[in-house]
Amino acid sequence: MIAVRDLSLSIHGQPLLRDVSFDLAPGRITGLVGESGSGKSMTALAMIGLLPVPLRAEGSIRLDDRDLLAMTEREWLGVRGRDIAMIFQEPMTALNPVQTIGAQVSETLRLNGTPRTEALRIARGGLDRVGLEHIALDRYPHQLSGGQRQRVCIALAIARRPRLLIADEPTTALDVTTQAQILDLLRDLVREDGMSLLLITHDLGVVAGMADDVAVMRQGRIVEQGATEPLFRARAHPYTRDLLSASQPPPRVPRAVADDLVLTARDVTRRYGALTAVDGVSLTLNRGESLGLVGESGCGKSTLTRALLGLEPVQGGTIDLLGRPGGLAMTRDDRARISVVFQDPYGSFDPRWTVARLVQEPFHLTGRPPDARDRAVRALEQVGLSADDLSKYPHEFSGGQRQRIAIARALITEPDVLVLDEAVSALDVRVRAQVLDLLDDLQARLGLSYLFISHDLTVVRAICDNVLVMQAGRIVERGPAARVFDAPEHDYTRVLIDAAPAIPPRWLEAG
Amino acid sequence: MRLGAVLTAVFALAALISVVWVPHDTAVLTIADRTLGPSVAHPFGTDHFGRDMLSMLMAGARTSIAVALLAVGIGIVLGVPLGLAAAANRGGWLDEVIMRGNDLIFAFPSLVIAILITAVFGPSAVNAILAIGIFNIPVFARVARGGALPLWTLDYIMAARVAGKGPARISAEHILPNIANLLIVQATIQFSLGILAEAALSYVGLGAQPPTPSWGRMLADAQTMIHVAPQLAILPGVAIVLTVLGLNLLGDGLRDALDPRLRRVRG
Amino acid sequence: MTRAILKRLISMLLSLLAASLAIFVMLQAVPGHPADFMLGLNAQPDTIAALNAELGLEGTLRERYLDWVGGMLRGDFGTSYTYRVPVAGLIADRIWVSAPLAVYALVLTLLVAIPAGLLAASRRGRASDWGVMGVTQLGIAVPNFWFAMLLVLLFAVKLRWVSAGGFPGWSDPAQAIKALTLPAIALALPQASILARVLRGALIDTLEQDYMRTARAKGLSRRATVVRHGLRNAAIPMLTILGLQFSFLLAGAIIIEKVFFLPGLGQLIFQGITQRDLIVVQSVTMLLVFAVIAVTFAVELAYTLADPRLRRA
Repeated sequence: MIAVRDLSLSIHGQPLLRDVSFDLAPGRITGLVGESGSGKSMTALAMIGLLPVPLRAEGSIRLDDRDLLAMTEREWLGVRGRDIAMIFQEPMTALNPVQTIGAQVSETLRLNGTPRTEALRIARGGLDRVGLEHIALDRYPHQLSGGQRQRVCIALAIARRPRLLIADEPTTALDVTTQAQILDLLRDLVREDGMSLLLITHDLGVVAGMADDVAVMRQGRIVEQGATEPLFRARAHPYTRDLLSASQPPPRVPRAVADDLVLTARDVTRRYGALTAVDGVSLTLNRGESLGLVGESGCGKSTLTRALLGLEPVQGGTIDLLGRPGGLAMTRDDRARISVVFQDPYGSFDPRWTVARLVQEPFHLTGRPPDARDRAVRALEQVGLSADDLSKYPHEFSGGQRQRIAIARALITEPDVLVLDEAVSALDVRVRAQVLDLLDDLQARLGLSYLFISHDLTVVRAICDNVLVMQAGRIVERGPAARVFDAPEHDYTRVLIDAAPAIPPRWLEAG
Repeated sequence: MRLGAVLTAVFALAALISVVWVPHDTAVLTIADRTLGPSVAHPFGTDHFGRDMLSMLMAGARTSIAVALLAVGIGIVLGVPLGLAAAANRGGWLDEVIMRGNDLIFAFPSLVIAILITAVFGPSAVNAILAIGIFNIPVFARVARGGALPLWTLDYIMAARVAGKGPARISAEHILPNIANLLIVQATIQFSLGILAEAALSYVGLGAQPPTPSWGRMLADAQTMIHVAPQLAILPGVAIVLTVLGLNLLGDGLRDALDPRLRRVRG
Repeated sequence: MTRAILKRLISMLLSLLAASLAIFVMLQAVPGHPADFMLGLNAQPDTIAALNAELGLEGTLRERYLDWVGGMLRGDFGTSYTYRVPVAGLIADRIWVSAPLAVYALVLTLLVAIPAGLLAASRRGRASDWGVMGVTQLGIAVPNFWFAMLLVLLFAVKLRWVSAGGFPGWSDPAQAIKALTLPAIALALPQASILARVLRGALIDTLEQDYMRTARAKGLSRRATVVRHGLRNAAIPMLTILGLQFSFLLAGAIIIEKVFFLPGLGQLIFQGITQRDLIVVQSVTMLLVFAVIAVTFAVELAYTLADPRLRRA
């Protein structure tokens, strides 16, 4: 139905896409996977004629017998929304904030002459179909959750029954349980309408669970494509092999941990007015232990983290660090014993500071030691960087290198506890695997204790000895990682594990 | 931007030179030489009291620029710390008080209150500076707060808090340098608005008093002579327009040059 | 929704209260006592006391403030020291010059700015965009009173189409509007320039939003996307500027009235200031501040209607 041939694109002589070719057939889901910057999104935008203005693609994209790349903007208007539709990554901003969802879903129908009541009836039907039976047409986007908004986006994309739906990272911004529901919905729609779905994602688990065919992209090229299961089983191309092994880090082999408590929380409660964000949470962390804290957005894990770091008061319970009062009551010296690495490798550093100054910032707690610079060098070397990097600025580093700098900053006061707040969530899988290795190595060498906060179960399993599962401010399950993942006791834990996209283990068996 | 910088530099230079030297003393009236056309001795002619127009314009530039610059200074010195404090206390009572105070000042038609202040305390350059400066305070407070708020949600601020730094230190070390661009651009805008406001105030007789020359009063004087010597109404106005234009172009250019988003696009 | 309006209403009343206090306190600092000024240096103390009583200048500050505010609430703006007539009457005469002038200028502003802003935004980077940006850049830099003088120079002195100033009254509306046209143009030029630029910027910002891409992806043309999704979102920042502009138009009117010798509120204030007619200055200023606060309130209401996200606050 759709044939992409030799699609190429470049900006200022830098190629973004090189000879991309693939076919899409009705009723089939094709996964387009790759790391950030591999050209996945550009391919999608070229296919719907919405490339950023100066860019022009070469090659051909044939829909039946028409070449889409040769079409004028006017001709495109008859294709977009009718034959080809698209949904985007960020549901929070993809809808017009000042128009009701009913108006937005029915808009294209109305513009094509469908009478108002008929258009609204179809819109109602469309919203029902994407599982929003209980949402009235006169709601505004801000009144809906992220998952509901993505459903609205799907409803307006399929309102005119397009033959191809392009979904660009449609679930990346969503929680894992919401993601599973949206993916189910997309799969059902494809089966019912017989449309073709081009699913763009960085997540091999999502592709494995969804796609009939898969194309692996790297640096603007498709390195390998074919039916999903055989391709995953064969792992013929070295890049595919790398990606797969990086996305499946081996589960942690539990370490012997001495009974030496470094961090304890007992019945910690944090309220904001009527809302209880953290509700009677207790935890213990021993020296050399990795403790995972798993939960979806809004479950209170960030609030708990801030309380443990002594940035926020608590309304109940106690926190102890190394046998002394923790949380807000920590002395400056004790604060230097617990440090943190954040998620965002771009927002983690003041762009105007040099690495030397950034890495030494925690010395504010202890007073600047005479050998501060030597220690900064040592911290950088520990994370695989060098003294030459001291005079550089953050923008000179890649995402993975920045996370290394963030770890160096966290290590400079030689702390006992490292809080890793979604510290590898923003990284591409291969970089993520390297940072996880680094963390494992540092722990073995320095005897660090990790509190590892993440929504990603694979990662938690790879690095944690014990796991806490948090839901709505409470810990609903706790125990050794292997036990919690293999034999979950709480319903919510089971839901989380089932929802997490995974590659079937037998696909990955050797041979 | 280049044109803006050149225009601004020309008028700033004229103002600076006028501090030590002008071609003809502006305090000396030579009625016999009144409303002369351009000549070698008087390149821009003379006014209705026979004063050299070039000298008057140079001295007027000094008055305008000094008043506007000091007014911007008042706005920055008082407004920026207020804005930073409000952002550091976002959602708290201090933020509320500062922002309500801001809204209150904004509720006054600014020039009307400037007229009141100079009227009540007597017309003088100092009162014009105060009157214009007061209205710069909420402007800078808003810009500083608006620029600081998104920064406060960033992880590097969190990292600084984990490093034990308090809001004042974080504001000084991390926030202020990162909003400096915004403040510089706003300063050029307020500077040009200050020039316009000073001209308006001295036009209605509430700015710098004679014998200090000012562009606004030169225009007010010219208006009384508009049937006799219409040419007198042209030059001071052109001077105002060019100065303000220069500052605005400079501000736009700075904004583009300093905006990290635009810079990233250029690669 | 009702709660949001109520909250804004309360905040408006508080602003008015604070503003009245500020104006009152400031004007009590005016050097020179009106009774001295009016009766001359040789006045007898008892004559001064009698005049003070007549003018409502006795009693503590608090009593005088409450008298003033209470009076204004009943429509009594006090008695002018100079003219010995109710200030309300003076204001009523002048407001028929100032208010139509401000409205006239506002209408001109909108008529020029909206098409110019739309044109520039839709032709971004092309000749018409450069044209609009260039002209408005100049428009912002021109002091309105000087522009007014140039208009007088051209149309009154050189071409002799209109008189250089004055106001014939509303008995002949055509003449009245003619007399207000040049002042309104002078007032509108800088404001129209500002508004056109704000509208262009707001539209361009809106064009970069994700939901515009969604609209394009579902098959809307570029033009339909701008009209159906861009305009309403761009109207929100524009409303804010319009509210602020009203304040500038009022202030600007005071200056412009002076250029054209129009008997408006501005002239009343200047007379009040030179004659130490405190109560006139105080009441007229309060009236202007009230107008600005009321307009701000109306603008906030308007964007509560335009932006559903604000309705729950």
